[in-house]
Amino acid sequence: MSLTIDAASAADLLAREIRGEFPDERGRFGPFGGRYVPETLIPALDRLEQGIHRWLKDPEYQADLARELNTWVGRPTPLSYAPTLSARWGAEIWMKREDLAHTGAHKINSAIGQALLAKRLGAKRVVAETGAGQHGVASAAACARLGLPVTVYMGAVDIERQAPNVGRMKLMGATVKPVTSGDQTLRAAVDEALRDWVSDPSGTYYLLGSAIGPHPYPYLVRELQAIIGRESRVQMMAQAGGLPHAVFACVGGGSNAIGLFHPFIGDRDVAIRGVEAGGRGPGLGDNSATLVSGTPGVLQGAYSLLLQDAHGQIQETHSVSAGLDYPGVGPEHAFLKTVGRVDYESIGDDEALAALEELACAEGILSAIETAHAFAAAKSYAKAHPRSRILIGLSGRGDKDMPTLARTLLKGKL
Amino acid sequence: MNTSKDIGAAIAAATAAKRPAIVAFMTAGFPKRADFIATLNRIGSAADVIEIGVPFTDPMADGMTIQRASEAALHEGVTLTWILSELTAAPVKPAAPLLLMSYLNPLLRFGFERLPAAARAAGVSGFIVPDLPREEAAEFDAALKAEGLALVQMVTPVTPRDRLEALCRPAGGFVYAVTMTGTTGKVVDVPDEVLTYLDAVRAASGAPVCAGFGIRNRAQVERLAPHVDGVIVGSALVEVLERGEDPAAFLRGLHL
Repeated sequence: MSLTIDAASAADLLAREIRGEFPDERGRFGPFGGRYVPETLIPALDRLEQGIHRWLKDPEYQADLARELNTWVGRPTPLSYAPTLSARWGAEIWMKREDLAHTGAHKINSAIGQALLAKRLGAKRVVAETGAGQHGVASAAACARLGLPVTVYMGAVDIERQAPNVGRMKLMGATVKPVTSGDQTLRAAVDEALRDWVSDPSGTYYLLGSAIGPHPYPYLVRELQAIIGRESRVQMMAQAGGLPHAVFACVGGGSNAIGLFHPFIGDRDVAIRGVEAGGRGPGLGDNSATLVSGTPGVLQGAYSLLLQDAHGQIQETHSVSAGLDYPGVGPEHAFLKTVGRVDYESIGDDEALAALEELACAEGILSAIETAHAFAAAKSYAKAHPRSRILIGLSGRGDKDMPTLARTLLKGKL
Repeated sequence: MNTSKDIGAAIAAATAAKRPAIVAFMTAGFPKRADFIATLNRIGSAADVIEIGVPFTDPMADGMTIQRASEAALHEGVTLTWILSELTAAPVKPAAPLLLMSYLNPLLRFGFERLPAAARAAGVSGFIVPDLPREEAAEFDAALKAEGLALVQMVTPVTPRDRLEALCRPAGGFVYAVTMTGTTGKVVDVPDEVLTYLDAVRAASGAPVCAGFGIRNRAQVERLAPHVDGVIVGSALVEVLERGEDPAAFLRGLHL
């Protein structure tokens, strides 16, 4: 599992990615991905893979999905021009408004697509994990819509900092189980959801929220989220008169980013930037910048980059945003970094909060703290590339972050 | 020298004594790091094969007991490197063959090129890696084989018949037949369909078959005995260690 990739192989791997050859038949994006799970889950993953093969391109499934996306989720989401930020930053700023999708973030795209698939696979119940609570809310909504019982695992730390989302899930009939083991955030919630699934792999559907985990999840989630990038391309051509020079998205596990990026990967002139959580600083344990400073390894079913110590133990992470607070990352992002197609950088807690405030005042949009990381990075890019045309994935809205914002930006002001 | 063959021989010796072999699991350095080798020897006095658990931060196949032990051992500073050096340096070690049970990432980090030789030098006969299915195992399996070490294959009640046969055929050491879907350590009775499944595993496997997950008492061992070559006792033994009781006395209670 060597990762020394020379320029020629990197170019070849990227060409294969653009031709749509990844994941390959072993569930890999170049060296990354695969299926590292207990034997109990192998038949369930095989069934899921067959189900995807059978249904994802099926006209009836596609029609059901399109109907739900258009009439229930509210797609297509708008592309908004940001006049004030554009004037201030000296560039042309466009925002893809996933915050306007039903339940307030991009997570619903995958949740409804997977719930429709779960129904066709005959699932009796659904389990999901959630970090910021957005995937939990999206899963609760999609499962309520389709009449599937759902249990959502959520770290005890996240339950406290994303309290509004816990109430939303419960109101839509979901069972929310607090996870008090491990780091009590997203990683522990994934571990616990996997343990639940292992207990009933035949009757339970695991509705994984990010583009992480064992094959075929990174593929499935990418396919369901790529609608963000496909719509953006068309809207940029129509509204901005051309493709962007640069595309920005925040990256935790990486689902909104891969959804936005994927349709642009073949556009070699479009710079693509993923933005991770720089937290309190570069020290191990102070951030969640997996792509920026991680090393290869296996966590939660996939070979990817991770934050780990010299003994292969997974590191505790920190970010002010629960949705980015994760020590792993989707294998396709690790691939895109390794072949040099996407650049990844990190933005610290304070910078992200400042960007959130600037966006709110300038454009009247309260974004999620996760999303604000992408705005902070785009601002620096704009300053360095005057008059460039920049597309930012506005992945979610910030209502859920009010408890954190009350402690930070609004401290002493409420 | 310790190799994969020792595992089969140890299980065969129990079979010759007309009892199922006892495969005992302990988390390395639990409850106290300083007592690792002493605990190992104590367990070795009453077990036929010993599984030494390498602690990991994300033990996704394990229930609460082993999660807790794993966390405590990590807190004590237990690492794979430390386990191997303690085993290498131990003046007295059990006669029972030793297996390392580890999630993949600590093994990857140690390095597949160095690990098999280091493990063999430490007296280890093989590995159990719960998050390494057969499709991903070729590289590690080949590295272990070069040193004569076993990679124990797990099978489960939901494993389809054709896959079961494909998994059992090349199995090294023994086949680890998981008795239920779920994580380790839950209390289960042994329903008839589990016995039927174990018979199928045995029919498919050239190697001995040991049943594990949820085995806690003598009644279960008696019911399983005609259908397996050995039983694996994990969480129940870790709980004995947690309570400060004698692991050897507990294991002897499971000898038929």
